[in-house]
Amino acid sequence: MNRARVEKFYYLMKLGREFELKAKEHYMLGDIAGFLHLDIGQEAVSVGTMQAFDKGDVFTHYREHVLALARGMDPKIVMAELFGKKTGVSKGKGGSMHLFDPKLDFYGGDAIVAGHLPIAVGCAYARKLQGEKAGVFAIFGDGASNAGAFFESINIASAWKLPIMFFAENNYYAIGTHISWVSPFVDLVEKAKNYMPTFTCDGMDVCDVYNTVTQAKEIIENGLGPVFIEAKTYRYEGHSMSDAGKYRSEEEMEIFKRKDPIENLKKKAIELNLVDEKYFRELDAKVEYVINEAVEFAASSPEPEIEELWEDLFCKECENVIP
Amino acid sequence: MLYRSALNRAIDECMGADESVVILGEDVGRYGGSYRVSEGLISKYGEKRVIDTPIAELSIVGNAIGMAIAGLRPIAEIMTVNFSLLAMDQIINHAAKLRYMSGGKMTIPMVVRMPGGVSRQLAAQHSESYETLYSSVPGLIVLTASNATYAYHGLKWAIKSNDPVIFLEHELLYPMDMEFKEIQDFDPFRAEIVKEGRDLTILTYLKMRYDVIEAQKELKKFGIDAEIIDLNSLRPLDIETIAKSIKKTKKCVIVEEDHKTGGMGAEVVAQIMEECFYDLDAPVLRIAGEDVPIPYNRKLELASIPTPDKIVDKILKWKAENGI
Repeated sequence: MNRARVEKFYYLMKLGREFELKAKEHYMLGDIAGFLHLDIGQEAVSVGTMQAFDKGDVFTHYREHVLALARGMDPKIVMAELFGKKTGVSKGKGGSMHLFDPKLDFYGGDAIVAGHLPIAVGCAYARKLQGEKAGVFAIFGDGASNAGAFFESINIASAWKLPIMFFAENNYYAIGTHISWVSPFVDLVEKAKNYMPTFTCDGMDVCDVYNTVTQAKEIIENGLGPVFIEAKTYRYEGHSMSDAGKYRSEEEMEIFKRKDPIENLKKKAIELNLVDEKYFRELDAKVEYVINEAVEFAASSPEPEIEELWEDLFCKECENVIP
Repeated sequence: MLYRSALNRAIDECMGADESVVILGEDVGRYGGSYRVSEGLISKYGEKRVIDTPIAELSIVGNAIGMAIAGLRPIAEIMTVNFSLLAMDQIINHAAKLRYMSGGKMTIPMVVRMPGGVSRQLAAQHSESYETLYSSVPGLIVLTASNATYAYHGLKWAIKSNDPVIFLEHELLYPMDMEFKEIQDFDPFRAEIVKEGRDLTILTYLKMRYDVIEAQKELKKFGIDAEIIDLNSLRPLDIETIAKSIKKTKKCVIVEEDHKTGGMGAEVVAQIMEECFYDLDAPVLRIAGEDVPIPYNRKLELASIPTPDKIVDKILKWKAENGI
């Protein structure tokens, strides 16, 4: 851990947290609708992975605001997308669950559980063919690890030695179903260890996530095939805004809140004398400014025009032909 | 030219011209393709571009989407449309929607090729026609190839297209030797007037084209001169060509192998109602597959789909009933 890294990790995790708290507030106000899946509590995973896996392609599920921000997506266009505005990253057509930016090699935002995994595997196949070393990062939850698409994907990636990192974000609950009720393994690495090298890390500790991804990605970069990482983590909020999360006990919640990734990073950095309280207050002020700016941008942006309903279905050459 | 050779030639030429073109599917490589469409390609282009996959249709299409995102032009072969139901989530929720829900940022240049229809006694799980499922999905282009000329030009167009194309073939057509024409200004979305006629319009596609041609020979004996139109493209539908023909003949029959209820004909009829209802002298006649899973027994199998004899009988009966 060094000062520059503390700054980067803290800033991005705090940005993610405050972004989502603000999104929650505006959901209550009716500015944001539909499904809003918050990542609060899991920021170490989003930030640690994206900081370490800084090249290559990213495929993600629908709980992806913080991952997108950590990848470098502008908070303004992410917030505008949540508000359903024309200026949003997906022009208001995707919403919270569908953030895409090929310029950042960030390919969504997939809301079919495990549906993005075969796509990530195909991308990894192409990257191997093209001689690209960085490979593909695919993140998914414990719920996805029970789906057929997951098992097909680890099988194919392993059979063909594809450059792909499967990152299991195990927050124990698929909406309200605990992993132990529906899987023979609570430790998801058990599902992958016969297929590829596996790693575990503490999903509440950004440095551990960062270090583990950094170590595992060497295997991919050296052309040795896929890797699997599991991070145990916890979401403080319900599955989405429509879930009060009553299936979890307060004791369980407390265990994880004591390990809060943002507070713990701060504590550790001060203990190590890398920075002081004032340093964090300054970063907090910067985050507040950026978030307010994002909300202002989203709120003042125009709605899409009705004509846009029929746009973006096909590529230009087809739009000429297809009514 | 053999129908399957026309498909092979289209793939071969595209793979030769553009190294981003790859083909993947069950037994497409070393085995040479279930229907020999990909025969010879692996020795020419290698196993990295002619990819033998596991029996995992969801992954065949999902992998193809990922390859397309990464800049390749994948051709996914599904052994039959029956198995494509396992890939339906990838086709509908992903291939068809990624571009739209990303505000136009994602591009999926991909073809999913698959044969369907009743072959010979393959029973219910290997005999379906699911064109109606795919042609109801916004974001997909759905083409059908009933002949070598369209198979070649249509597939080449599909491979070069930057959008996802569902390319439907028919199991009985693969070994058929057909007339082949080079076309300069090929338009994949244009229906083909197979035979001009003045008395009634028969719309059809895929293998039923040949049953309709057979039936027309018989209808001629009753003094009926039918215009036969092969739809080619099911989405978008060339309603312009259809409406023009109906304006002339005032009568329309649709012949399809698919089940009648909710089949392709149902959508075609609805569009005819919207476009040229007042040009019709009689209700449109739908001659389609029966609403049952396809049975194994040959007699029952033939009873479940239109045949030339049945097409003739139904048209004569319909004409008599309507006094046309």
